[in-house]
Amino acid sequence: MIQILGKTNIDFLGKKYITLGLSCLMIILGIFAILQIYTGKANLGVDFAGGVSLQVRFSQPVTLSEVRAVIDKAGIKDADIQDLPTEKKILIKLKKQQEGAQDEVEKALKENLADKEPLIESITSIGPKIGERTKRDALLAIVAATVGILLYIAIRFRFHFSIGATAATFHDVMAVLGIFYLLDKEINLIFISALLAIAGYSLTDTVVVFDRIRENLGKVAKGTMTLESLMNKSINEVLSRTIITSLTTFMAATALFFFGGEVLHDFAFAMMIGIVIGTYSSIFVASPIVFLLGKNSLLKR
Amino acid sequence: MRKGIYIRGSLILLTVILAFIFFLPNTPLFSYMPDWWKKNMPNKGIVLGLDLRGGSHLIFEVDIKRAREITVERIGMHLQSLLEKKGIKATVKAEREKITVQPVNDEVKKLIKENYPDLSFSEQGGYLFCEIPEEAFKRVETTSVEQAIEVIRNRIDQLGVAEPTIHRQGENEIVIQLPGVKDPKKALEIIGKTAQLEFKLLDEETPLWKELPSLIRAGEEEAFLNQWKNKIPEGDEIVFQRIVNKETGEVYKRPYIVKKDVLLTGDLLAEAHVSIDQRFNEPYVSLRFNDAGAKIFEEITGKYVKRRLAIILDGNLYSAPVIQEKIEGGNAQISGNFTLEEAKDLAIVLRAGALPAPVNLIQNVTVGPTLGRDSIEAGKTAVIIAAVFVALFMIIYYRLSGVIADFALILNIILLIGALAALNATLTLPGIAGIALAVGMAVDSNVLMFERIREELRLGKTPKAAIESGYKKAFWTIFDSHVTTLITAAVLFHFGSGPIKGFAVTLSLGVSINLFTALIGTKTVFDFIYIGKERRSLSI
Repeated sequence: MIQILGKTNIDFLGKKYITLGLSCLMIILGIFAILQIYTGKANLGVDFAGGVSLQVRFSQPVTLSEVRAVIDKAGIKDADIQDLPTEKKILIKLKKQQEGAQDEVEKALKENLADKEPLIESITSIGPKIGERTKRDALLAIVAATVGILLYIAIRFRFHFSIGATAATFHDVMAVLGIFYLLDKEINLIFISALLAIAGYSLTDTVVVFDRIRENLGKVAKGTMTLESLMNKSINEVLSRTIITSLTTFMAATALFFFGGEVLHDFAFAMMIGIVIGTYSSIFVASPIVFLLGKNSLLKR
Repeated sequence: MRKGIYIRGSLILLTVILAFIFFLPNTPLFSYMPDWWKKNMPNKGIVLGLDLRGGSHLIFEVDIKRAREITVERIGMHLQSLLEKKGIKATVKAEREKITVQPVNDEVKKLIKENYPDLSFSEQGGYLFCEIPEEAFKRVETTSVEQAIEVIRNRIDQLGVAEPTIHRQGENEIVIQLPGVKDPKKALEIIGKTAQLEFKLLDEETPLWKELPSLIRAGEEEAFLNQWKNKIPEGDEIVFQRIVNKETGEVYKRPYIVKKDVLLTGDLLAEAHVSIDQRFNEPYVSLRFNDAGAKIFEEITGKYVKRRLAIILDGNLYSAPVIQEKIEGGNAQISGNFTLEEAKDLAIVLRAGALPAPVNLIQNVTVGPTLGRDSIEAGKTAVIIAAVFVALFMIIYYRLSGVIADFALILNIILLIGALAALNATLTLPGIAGIALAVGMAVDSNVLMFERIREELRLGKTPKAAIESGYKKAFWTIFDSHVTTLITAAVLFHFGSGPIKGFAVTLSLGVSINLFTALIGTKTVFDFIYIGKERRSLSI
């Protein structure tokens, strides 16, 4: 049989303070990103910030500066022009939902770039009220998902595990958010659903590791093994599964990234980062937390 | 044991057949089916979301504040005419949700009480203040939104959009979905126009006309109104006529002073259509009032011969012709520099009726048909490539067991598509992403079991025993991991809007079906191969 990993014996928990420290940094980055979102400094999609976003397709490749020159010349203010993965497409965002503004953009493009046949493929125009509501809903969704997960894990496992799983999931969401912020990628509704999907995925991964720890906790006779080596053993046992599943899901996300079209491009990108971080966190975040919380109680049954 | 296998085998076959039957309407094959099939068997299939099909998703907000003001104005006008009919000299003012009547006397009070028993009174300094109770306002709000929905539905019907959906959301929002709409811009204009047609008299007596500039620039209306607010006579107001310089395309506004009283509104219209003026070859909209409207129109035109009647639509004065003589029969026309297209649209909105209050567009998500088509293609490609990669990996890594896992994967995709079709679910672009991810995760259950089986084999168990205990031990892990994903999917479904809901649907269906395909699907195949005859080795 082919094996990516043979029987491993890696001391995962040995570096727990380093990995936990690193994860704290990621969480701080994520919290910083949230603050930036709330003060309006992050690259927010129109579905949250309100405003108009126009996706324009040309018959030939265009450059951002070319389009920007046209928009500036037409005297359209507060326009943000962004690249899309395909070189024939660009995204123009207007801060306010203004009547007629999109017509002006269309007119300016058609007059000045007529040879490249601009075509407005999609319009998203969101009023401030809807934007606020979407923001609130997204926040509620994240809170509700967290609470739901916490409860389920608390019912199925012991409380230590619940804390560990929730912390790891929170870590993943924050880390992906932070990375997106650093890369100045657009934070929109599709990204939020990617975050929740990542949360679900990471949790699945964590549950698998926890399941093995729980199983071994029941098997090992008292006093024969320290909790640390028991947890290390459990993680090593499920390691090949963890890596294979991450690999297959990563493959699927990669296919979306390259072939799924521009709307799903960033979604797939978030998933790819999230899968890596989610896999990392179930081993290096969730398990150390369970260890730290349960080192005095878990083995003494 | 064998019998169990056959039952499970036929269960799998049955679900696959059902999936195909449900999905049939989405394939070209459906058109070849006999009529009885089309009528009695599932015929809807998977519905494409607006992001894939192209179309507009609009949310309008009914201006509730204005609806309340309009109600107050109507009552005020009605009271004024009642008082006039009875020969009672009194002035009625309707301003900001309140009606003020002066002077106060028993006659006035009695008349108001008889006609509007709901109103509450208070007297102060010779004025009678009438207020409308909050419940009545609430009723007005509800009916305004309902009426607006009716009117919008009528207008959309005239636009000829196939399968539009229109429904109320929250207190005062109207959600409209127009799949495959050809000219979204025009649709927006026609739906959003209040189309409040009013006939008012020009105030030609005031000397202010001499001071009034003939044109101002568009955009300066508000400043202009503020400047003139205190100069114009009581009971008058300024309205503008939109004037476009045909050579330069610049827009100007011409101010007019008109009497505030509304003589006639578009409510009483029976018909509106476009005609062409033969002399100037210019289109105009000709109107015909119903009997009640015609009577009022006759009355007005008789009373105000040689005066100028302003025809105002949504606050914009279109024309102000001089009344030459009394007009019988209730025919009128609106002219005013339209293009033929504009005149046609105007006729549509006038025929469908006015909105009870203005509506504001608060969300417009429009996807063009080309983008939708591209998205479907891209989505399909991504799902196929994801499936092929994952499938190949599984075969290389797990050999024959990998083939079994791939069988489960294909079964998973088939059943997922079947389930979406059975539920007539709306497939969106994020929904396709959900399918792709479900493909990646689908093999997870098998990976879990295979790794478990490998462990058991390492412990020296026979293939049969390894499979049995591998499945048993992996079950709860699989179950727990699926439930957690379902929790996040449920949250997404609850809080997400359109496209995101689509993602939640495919993800949660994918995960649930996975439980079936992994636990029953692959196990059946394993049993078939390994249980009957005890084999010495397991290809895993």
